[in-house]
Amino acid sequence: MKNSRFTRRGVLKTGAIGGAGLALPQYLRADGHAGFTNAPQGDTVKIGFNVPQTGPYAEEGLDELRAQELAVEHLNGMGDGGMLNTFSEKNLDGTGILGKKVEFVTGDTQTKSDVARASAQQMIEREGVIMVNGGSSSGVAIAVQGLCQEAGIIFMAGLTHSNDTTGKDRKANGFRHFFNGYMSGAALGPVLEAEYGNERQAYHLTADYTWGWTQQESIQTATEALGWGTVQNVLTPVGAGDFSSYIAPILNSGADTLILNHYGGDMVNSLSQAVQFGLRDRQVNGKDFQIIVPLYSELMAAGAGENIKGVFGSMNWNWQLQDEGTAAFTRSFGEKYGFPPSGAAHTCYVQTLLYADAVTRAGTFNPCGVAEALEGFEFDGLGNGPTLYRADDHQCFKDVLVMKGAENPTNAFDTLEIVEVTPRAQVEYPQDHPMFAGGDLGSCNPGA
Amino acid sequence: MQDIIIQILNGLDKGSAYALIALGLTLIFGTLGVVNFAHGALFLVGAFVAVTMQRILNLSYEVIDESQTDFLGNPLKVDTPYVIGWFGESAGNTLIDWAVPLAIFLAIPVMLIIGFVMERGLIKHFYKRPHADQILVTFGLAIVIGEIVKAFYGANPIQTPAPSSLPRTIDFGTWLGYEANAIVYPTWRLVYFFFSAIIIAGVFAFLQFTTFGMVVRAGMADRETVGLLGINIDKRFTIMFGLAASVAGLAGVMYTPILSPHYNLGMDFLVLSFVVVVVGGMGSLPGAVLAGFLLGILQSFASMNEVKAILPGIDQIIIYLIAIIVLLVRPRGLMGRAGVMED
Repeated sequence: MKNSRFTRRGVLKTGAIGGAGLALPQYLRADGHAGFTNAPQGDTVKIGFNVPQTGPYAEEGLDELRAQELAVEHLNGMGDGGMLNTFSEKNLDGTGILGKKVEFVTGDTQTKSDVARASAQQMIEREGVIMVNGGSSSGVAIAVQGLCQEAGIIFMAGLTHSNDTTGKDRKANGFRHFFNGYMSGAALGPVLEAEYGNERQAYHLTADYTWGWTQQESIQTATEALGWGTVQNVLTPVGAGDFSSYIAPILNSGADTLILNHYGGDMVNSLSQAVQFGLRDRQVNGKDFQIIVPLYSELMAAGAGENIKGVFGSMNWNWQLQDEGTAAFTRSFGEKYGFPPSGAAHTCYVQTLLYADAVTRAGTFNPCGVAEALEGFEFDGLGNGPTLYRADDHQCFKDVLVMKGAENPTNAFDTLEIVEVTPRAQVEYPQDHPMFAGGDLGSCNPGA
Repeated sequence: MQDIIIQILNGLDKGSAYALIALGLTLIFGTLGVVNFAHGALFLVGAFVAVTMQRILNLSYEVIDESQTDFLGNPLKVDTPYVIGWFGESAGNTLIDWAVPLAIFLAIPVMLIIGFVMERGLIKHFYKRPHADQILVTFGLAIVIGEIVKAFYGANPIQTPAPSSLPRTIDFGTWLGYEANAIVYPTWRLVYFFFSAIIIAGVFAFLQFTTFGMVVRAGMADRETVGLLGINIDKRFTIMFGLAASVAGLAGVMYTPILSPHYNLGMDFLVLSFVVVVVGGMGSLPGAVLAGFLLGILQSFASMNEVKAILPGIDQIIIYLIAIIVLLVRPRGLMGRAGVMED
């Protein structure tokens, strides 16, 4: 009779090891996947920067591109290291990602969803990129996010502010560092109450697409919670140019506040034309007429010139913040390019570093491993204070800035001033909040 | 009632721009028979002549201000425009403030030269080619011009404000017997309307009351016969191309305080202006002007909340809807000549 080689102790030992293995986070065993799309070969890894290089947001896209190139330099050990020196995680040491030198390719989204998808698809299929980063416009972000989900690629969104990106259109392979419309409303509400009181009548002009709709809903909810009334919400076509036909009815509408849910060139034009129509010189309901621009960017502020003075809005980040991370990034960017970075540049730079760090912590480029490393990840030192990448919806939660057009700018770069750094707790919301309802992350897709 | 008056003013203002561009398009089509899709780009160039004038007047020398620092902590470089150094603070600032009106004097020669070069260098080679070829080449030219502008000036809209010494608004209602502040309207938009009216009247007077204009009109009616009389009609038509380019350019210059110029501005206006020409009647100058103002006013009314409540989205399609109706009912356009575009 043959003696069994199994012993009680041996079985317990094997079971314990096996159980521990099963209990390990998925990303620590992600190499066990059969495979994933565009697994890097050799000693380089390629990432894709898909930004608007032509079209209405080209300046913003080019600024994103500058920041992404800077991030690649820092990852590869060139330059002064920027935010690698201030990032709370110390996994990135200037030797690329997992020892592979980082290379990049760029695509032009033209701020058109179909073009952006085609560009991302080309980068994934022909160039073999492992991750797609960047972009301006929520319509584009949602389109590219959907593509990356299908392709098994991580998408790190750039400037996208619609609630839908991490709301009803959220995807397991997509991540957003930028803030959203709800957060703008939550941050602006108390400041508007302190500045303008509780008895305002607001008139909304809203860009007629996903971002405009969710932005308007968010700010209307926030202002109505203060006791403000909403006179009317008028949807305007994107790229209308001349908004005079939409502004003229405001004059005798009984509204004393105009909220411009516009971005980019539309915001520059609608704000300038509202000022031309003398809205800010008027008195209505016994109050000075006010204009509010919920989402600001430095490039828009420069375009609007004098008209932006004293106008409140919100931002994800601004180079005038005083923390170490902001100072390090602003110095790196400023010395390389001669001017401070925009908020869009910051978010794309940070997203590149966050991706690289997640790969390093996961020990794999497998998108499911990377996604798991990012989910629930808490970090600091990247310019927005302590930040959480929430696992439920892949939305970053951090402090939000309330801004105002500077009354007396001293140079071309300080056209906006920081009024308040709204703490993260004030802009948080449950993942099943009605404004974000209807979405499902689904499962991570590793692709091939 | 106040809302209706404001929308009429808005419509006249929009219509002014449409009419000026359509007038130039019609001049070119009527004289040279060319469908010029680059005409919007001439409006764009005019707008950027204003931007250039603003930049010229703001050319500055740097002074280091040790008491302030820039965003990197270095001593701040403060720019002082040369015109302030040369003419003093008050006169220098006035010159800078009036950059847009002053740009008119730069725009006229620049646009004439561009018009001549465009016609002699490119358009003339396409006179005998089908309209489709003309459209393709001029559309391509418009894209090239837009991209060149973007390469030099970037993609962002550039603020080119109206002179600040002008009052921002005019209380138009008081002129009509309303109480104060019932109907206020931006001063510059009224300036634009009157400027357009003067240009349109000038072009018509030039064509109607000068010998040159008479020959051009004769050439528009029967080019061959005029040529047989020994008149060099081609030379006159080249001049007319320059004139049309100048009209578009001036329209662009004066429009910059209303709409911050950006590299795609020409395309924004081109399609609308073509619709205006078609509605007015290809080749009809009065038709272009009439249709410009008519469509401008209709577009403004379609944007009223009361109208959109009944017909949602009508503001975005009204112009094209009118064009479809006109083409179905009267293919030659409102004031078009019989036989043109009726085949």
